[in-house]
Amino acid sequence: MASDKAKKGGVSDKARNWMWLALSLAAAIIVWTILSVLPSTSRSFPNIIVVFQQIPVMIERGVLFKDIQSSLISVGLGYLLGFVIALPVAILMAWYNPFRRIVEPWIQFIRNIPPLAYVPLIVIAAGVGRKPQVIVITIATFLIMCITIYQGIINIDETLIKAARVLGAKDKDIFIRVLAPASLPFILTAVRLGASVALTTLIAAESTGAFAGLGMRIRSLNNNFETAPMLLYIIIIGIIGITVEKIIKLLERKLTGWQEKREI
Amino acid sequence: MAGEERDIKVVIEDVRKTYQGRTGEVVALNGVNLNIADNEFVTVVGPSGCGKSTLLNIIAGLLEPTSGRVLCNGQEVHGTGKDRGVVFQQYALFPWLTVKKNVLFPLDMRGIKGFAAEEIAMKYIKMVDLEKFADHYPKELSGGMKQRVAIARAYAANPEILLMDEPFGALDAQTRTQLQQELLDTWEKERKTCFFITHDVDEALILGQRVVIMSARPGRIKEIVDVDIPYPRNQETKMDPHFLELKNHIWSQVYQEYLEVRK
Ligand SMILES: Nc1ncnc2c1ncn2[C@@H]1O[C@H](COP(=O)(O)OP(=O)(O)OP(=O)(O)O)[C@@H](O)[C@H]1O
Ligand SMILES: [Mg+2]
Repeated sequence: MASDKAKKGGVSDKARNWMWLALSLAAAIIVWTILSVLPSTSRSFPNIIVVFQQIPVMIERGVLFKDIQSSLISVGLGYLLGFVIALPVAILMAWYNPFRRIVEPWIQFIRNIPPLAYVPLIVIAAGVGRKPQVIVITIATFLIMCITIYQGIINIDETLIKAARVLGAKDKDIFIRVLAPASLPFILTAVRLGASVALTTLIAAESTGAFAGLGMRIRSLNNNFETAPMLLYIIIIGIIGITVEKIIKLLERKLTGWQEKREI
Repeated sequence: MAGEERDIKVVIEDVRKTYQGRTGEVVALNGVNLNIADNEFVTVVGPSGCGKSTLLNIIAGLLEPTSGRVLCNGQEVHGTGKDRGVVFQQYALFPWLTVKKNVLFPLDMRGIKGFAAEEIAMKYIKMVDLEKFADHYPKELSGGMKQRVAIARAYAANPEILLMDEPFGALDAQTRTQLQQELLDTWEKERKTCFFITHDVDEALILGQRVVIMSARPGRIKEIVDVDIPYPRNQETKMDPHFLELKNHIWSQVYQEYLEVRK
């Protein structure tokens, strides 16, 4: 009975959530439309119809899909590389104190520098093209994911490790059966934060003399004051971001639903 | 003493433990000697910070003593062992495992798998009255239910000695009384050697054959009280005049130590 009630509550909750989301979207469009008629902002915010008319225009120019594809490849590669490096480095930091003492200050230091600042150095070292884009995104995502995973590992409840030990677990069992599942929530949080950083670093990454890409196109459209396609591209980046986040959140719910409380 | 005519299970010999604190060395235990007989139920009381948990962790093999030694079954303790199980105050259930999988964990570590393991796990889950919750996750259980799972899990490991560190400390009075009774009944059936830490003098007396009173830091054994009240015991035992007499005595001893800490 109790679960019946909860289920019913759940469905109407969901409906209510959708309703609010639709309302939020409608309000955004209204604000946008107001901005598009106000004299001081109308040049930056062409109205919604004009912006969406840019979709076929940009396809016609043969750039829209190429830009999306190029950006997704750079972001995907850099992000994947960032994760593959961050995971072992975070584990090493948690496990071996001298390593942490040396490496953590570097990470904290670099983390506060906007990537745009060190882009020229990377271009000088790696040239133009795909390589520097991937490097910039790798660095940015590595930093955030490494710190997040490390913080998670060191905050694992020590009594769980003690309990496993007294129940007969050896070091290997503790690693696989306790540390791995206990750090999974933090790894997923890191994956989510990393995805967001990967996208916010896109403009910096593609300012390395890229030939295509969402970030590169926004900059080049800016040179001709083509605000309508610019706005379209900005919205596309936003849509990609929110889609990726939703997918990761779904994954979190599936894999770590056992958690007492959810963070961030 | 109650233990003398029985086999000695645990020997604690001149144990001293110091921690390296920020303000210098902290002596947590000093000159602790205690023998625990086979099948005996020993309870430990003492003011907060007197080293009770430290002593339990040393017996469990989770901590090494600074000097002195602990013997279990005549063997010196270094590290954890399958002869000793621990129930922690904070339950320490694996939140990513269901109740049943938590109880299966120690069996798996012992190479017991499949149907045989299921059967043992379900036996202990039934013992703590949680068969309806076998497939639930810890987050879906109340504090008392979580501690029941922890007890079932400790039993499933089939240790000879059960070490319990304030296992009922975080529970409300009613749940606490109920779990005390369950623990008593189980002990009378299985007669595992128990070392049970508590803050609650009533609890120490209703459960234990002997109550060890520890003194304020550095922790030492101040007095050992024989509880010559026959089993089976139940909640009415708490009204027994002799029980009350012992309770008064232990309470005043602990209170003295508490005042010592305040100074
Ligand atoms: N890891 C540690 N480092 C430094 N000092 C410690 C450490 N663990 C315990 N101590 C100190 O040793 C003393 C004994 O601690 P212990 O946890 O054994 O006390 P306790 O009797 O279990 O207390 P409580 O009843 O509050 O649980 C305390 O004064 C505590 O501050
Ligand atoms: Mg304690």
